[in-house]
Amino acid sequence: MHRRQFLSTTAAAMGLFAMPAIRPAGAADRRVLKFVPQADLAVLDPIGTTAYVTRNHALMVFDTLYGVDDKNQPHPQMVEGHVVENDGKLWRLTLRPGLQFHDGTPVLARDVVASINRWGKRDIYGGALMAVIDDLSAPSDRVVEFRLKKPFAHLPAVLGKGAPTIAAIMPERLAKTEATTQITEIVGSGPYRFLAKERNPGALNVYEKFAGYVPRDGAANYLSGGKVAHFERIEWHTLPDASTAAAALQAGEIDWWEQPTSDLTPLLRGNADIRVQVQDTTGFAGVMRFNHLQKPFDNPAIRRAFFGGILQSDYLIAAVGEDKALWRDGLGFFHPDSPMASKAAIPAGKPDLARVKQDLAAAGYKGERVVMLATADFPVINLMSQIAADMFQKVGVNLDLQVQDWATVSSRLQSREPIDKGGWSVTCNFAAGIGMFNPAAHSYLRSNGEKALFGWPTIPAIEQLRNDWFDAPDLAAQQKICEEIQKVAYAETPYIPLGLYYQPTAFRADLTGMLKGTPLFYGLRRA
Amino acid sequence: MTGYILRRLLMTVPVMAVVALFVFSLLYVAPGDPAAIIAGEQATPAEMQRIRASLGLDQPFVPRFARWAWNAVQGDLGVSVFSATPVSEMIVQRIPPTLSLMVLTLLISIVVAVPVGVVAAANQGGWIDRLFMSAAVLGFSLPVFVVGYLLAYLFALQLGWLPVQGYRPPSGGVWEYLSRLILPALALSGGYIALIARIARSAMLEVLSQDYIRTARAKGVARQVILFVHALRNATLPIVSIIGIGVATLISGAVVTETVFGIPGLGRLVVDALLRRDYPVIQGVVLVFSFTYVLVNLAIDLAYTLLDPRIRY
Repeated sequence: MHRRQFLSTTAAAMGLFAMPAIRPAGAADRRVLKFVPQADLAVLDPIGTTAYVTRNHALMVFDTLYGVDDKNQPHPQMVEGHVVENDGKLWRLTLRPGLQFHDGTPVLARDVVASINRWGKRDIYGGALMAVIDDLSAPSDRVVEFRLKKPFAHLPAVLGKGAPTIAAIMPERLAKTEATTQITEIVGSGPYRFLAKERNPGALNVYEKFAGYVPRDGAANYLSGGKVAHFERIEWHTLPDASTAAAALQAGEIDWWEQPTSDLTPLLRGNADIRVQVQDTTGFAGVMRFNHLQKPFDNPAIRRAFFGGILQSDYLIAAVGEDKALWRDGLGFFHPDSPMASKAAIPAGKPDLARVKQDLAAAGYKGERVVMLATADFPVINLMSQIAADMFQKVGVNLDLQVQDWATVSSRLQSREPIDKGGWSVTCNFAAGIGMFNPAAHSYLRSNGEKALFGWPTIPAIEQLRNDWFDAPDLAAQQKICEEIQKVAYAETPYIPLGLYYQPTAFRADLTGMLKGTPLFYGLRRA
Repeated sequence: MTGYILRRLLMTVPVMAVVALFVFSLLYVAPGDPAAIIAGEQATPAEMQRIRASLGLDQPFVPRFARWAWNAVQGDLGVSVFSATPVSEMIVQRIPPTLSLMVLTLLISIVVAVPVGVVAAANQGGWIDRLFMSAAVLGFSLPVFVVGYLLAYLFALQLGWLPVQGYRPPSGGVWEYLSRLILPALALSGGYIALIARIARSAMLEVLSQDYIRTARAKGVARQVILFVHALRNATLPIVSIIGIGVATLISGAVVTETVFGIPGLGRLVVDALLRRDYPVIQGVVLVFSFTYVLVNLAIDLAYTLLDPRIRY
């Protein structure tokens, strides 16, 4: 290359690098919030799935009769108030005036009746309410009456809970859809309106501030209080690749990434324009779930033996790293922040694998093959499974660890067949901590056999105690029952708790007013 | 010619039918159940069965395939089992980003690869040839996602010239549209440039050894004219062929590129559908991909007649 040619080429290259930034300014419009959800919002029907991403969407679009605060205490939300008569067997709820749906129609009591009937068929806690309802009716446009077979003090808490599905109120014409069939139109009465025409399934969902929403007075607190929408438009961008989401957040192209992966959070923490913090202090609980229908885990003594091999911190460090601010060990069967939590029967001391081996032999374990299902699609599940598999192998279990995609695992978990017919023996998973605040919504604790969550434990004592809990006269009685439940659970082992971990969220530093809990978009604004 | 085109178009029908049957069969035997994913972990078997029935997943293979095929023939590809959106609507929504990405990639690849191949052939054995062919090996070897991340890091995060991700339609402004396609197209074109450049070089080497080139040189025709007019014209057939064959590589590369750059195209649609076992979407997108591939190769065959008048169909 000639000298002149070299110089001109170099100058051109330098000039290229010196060009001013021509990238369009990131999420520049102050009225628009760009959010990356934890997963694609595939199902829009608020009761169509228990996926949290659908619940988060539902909290924007739909309102509920009651809403719990960050202490899990219910407060009136769509209702103005209620009266309880007939020794607690008649609840009369009066709706706030002026409530309207996004299609412009008023919210009427008959919409509420139809919505609750549909939701109650799918929701585990809602099912408990439906079981005691003698008659649910709408004597007038603003009054809803619950006539109960027996007193049910938990009614506001059930109707105002936040997980796994919310008691979303929708127009009667939609709520009359079969509970297992998805509604085709998303019309709620919440602070944000879903813009169906802008939806690009798998990529984009858009919400617009609903001008007709009248917030309650007072500040918002989790699902209760005044839900004031500040952003005119909220866009949910599905970004399946974590590195892309991290780069987009750093470049200011998005405002909020719901669940940054643990390997990228140190990078984001080092950026002064980004905040990484734990908003949902109820966290997620790791669980080791056994298949109670198949050998060897149909034997409670064999299930119980594994408590001696568990060090929760091992699982938590694998899941979210060494930072102790992101996890809590010593987890029992109830959330440690719940008034129902107790230390009863929680095993103390370090794991003793030799002892586990002895206990397994004494319990009659004869080297049967054990299939552990895991998925690489969720790193937390995979990492916890690897720790569990290591422990199983060290105590002499004939383990077959099968790591598959989530679609395969989720359908195999529904199989009750023996392992040689595609069944399974044990799996690790995680569940929202909010669901473990009491025995009512605690799906992993339910032990009603065929009707229980996969694993299908049959432990009548737990079911009886759960029923007693609904009828308990006060908090002290409820706590006593939960202590008993925990003792039974340690003896019968419906599952093994693997500790509680917190999922940080990452957002641009100019966002203020973010509420504690799951991603909520009311109260949030740009500084 | 018209008869040939019609014959070729008619031949796509059995090809598509075989593709459809093959994909349907694979999905039928593949593990996984969308009803389980929709219902969630807390669903009872009865609920799962109801969902399965409502989606028609409880039907045996033959009636399920027959119903799907009959509807597909009438232009109805069904609805997504998750979003309940018509598959054809989803595909139409996703075509522009993928098409834009592929067209820009093709343009970049041809504009870069053909001159590189010609220059490398003209300097056979020299340092330019070795440099270009080493770069081609690198282009083949580096996975698209690695190139993508590197480009995004340099041009989006460090220099701030281009966006990291996303897609904007041309109606939102030409620069808004192009700026989001440049990095993904560059990432995707790496392997394609390498492929075309190598073929262009070999084809040129073969042509450059012909007698008429020696005659042209003897007559004193300028080197550039020999290379780009006389030789390149006769070397285009294998280059055009490889461009057609390479469309399959582009399609598979688009799947990765769209994920890395957050482009809502067909590639991402099919990956998401596969992960969720959204059968109607998978079938619909695979049909579109295979139809595209057949059409591109038909276009390439027709292009032969323009490039070489001796070829007649």
